[in-house]
Amino acid sequence: MSEHKVVSWKVYLAVFLALCALTVVTVEVTGHDFGPFNLIVALGVAITKATLIVLYFMHARYSPRLTGLVIASSVAFFVILVFLTLTDYLSRPWPLAAAGS
Amino acid sequence: MAELLAPGGPGAPASERGHEALQHHFASLDQQREAAALGMWVFIAQEVLFFGGLFVAYTVYRGMYPAAFAAGSHHLSWKIGFANTLVLIGSSFTMALGVRSAAIGKSRRVVGFLLATILLGSVFLGVKYFEYGEKIRPCLGGGHHAGCLVPGDGFDPSTLHLEGAPGREAQIFFSLYFAMTGLHALHMIIGIPIIGTIAFLAGKGRYRPEYHTPVELVGLYWHFVDIIWVFLFPLLYLIGAH
Repeated sequence: MSEHKVVSWKVYLAVFLALCALTVVTVEVTGHDFGPFNLIVALGVAITKATLIVLYFMHARYSPRLTGLVIASSVAFFVILVFLTLTDYLSRPWPLAAAGS
Repeated sequence: MAELLAPGGPGAPASERGHEALQHHFASLDQQREAAALGMWVFIAQEVLFFGGLFVAYTVYRGMYPAAFAAGSHHLSWKIGFANTLVLIGSSFTMALGVRSAAIGKSRRVVGFLLATILLGSVFLGVKYFEYGEKIRPCLGGGHHAGCLVPGDGFDPSTLHLEGAPGREAQIFFSLYFAMTGLHALHMIIGIPIIGTIAFLAGKGRYRPEYHTPVELVGLYWHFVDIIWVFLFPLLYLIGAH
């Protein structure tokens, strides 16, 4: 039986400030042209923010392992959805960019 | 026999036997809380795939029409999106503090933090209303539709810097913009009255440190809605270099 852990408000404040800082980072990066890396940085920052929210605000860090399994499986099924869809679209004989013009 | 039928049953810790919040089919309040939280997480896992379909559609069409997506994105105000992101993160922060207050039994603070969450959520929706209005209002006049950005016959791509990309490609961007932000806003519109109900019950002293599961669950829901926006903001407002 897990002990019901109460996290200090300072932890929540730190997470909140980190989320604000990461939002500034993601906007700042858009000011420069890094080619395809702009998208990679934008998604990297968003995934980091989501992870902070899940671990601390949503208490996943202090939850039973079964909760972790549910979280991991929801991410896994989303990846399957994206991956299988793209195996179709990216393997078509015509280039994606030309398809709509 | 009476022992077996008592709330909590024979397996419950002596201190929790007969606790009004403990339902008879659970062994203890802890087990009851974990079961409820797990159910909420399964619901959220399902929500990930509910939004997931739109994110996949976004991925495919952005891959097909990168120029039109960049042009559509440039038309959205990143400053408004940025400010609204901070407002929503702030509402998640007050929600986290509200759940924490419930866990340590400060009912009045729970009400305060939940009302702050509702206020910040309403500010977010108000800004969204303004943003939608800007794009929808020009479509309502009839006849000439200068500046109308609702996909359909009235759509006017002339205010977008499309650089040769067909206007109908930009319509796909705005279709996804309205569908994704609209579904997100709908989740907030559903969430706000639920938070209000929980705040009302907290004010009546319904929750205690050993039983505040509803506060915790509405918190999980609200944080999930926040996470969706964390992805929507860069994907819709920040395409390419500005």
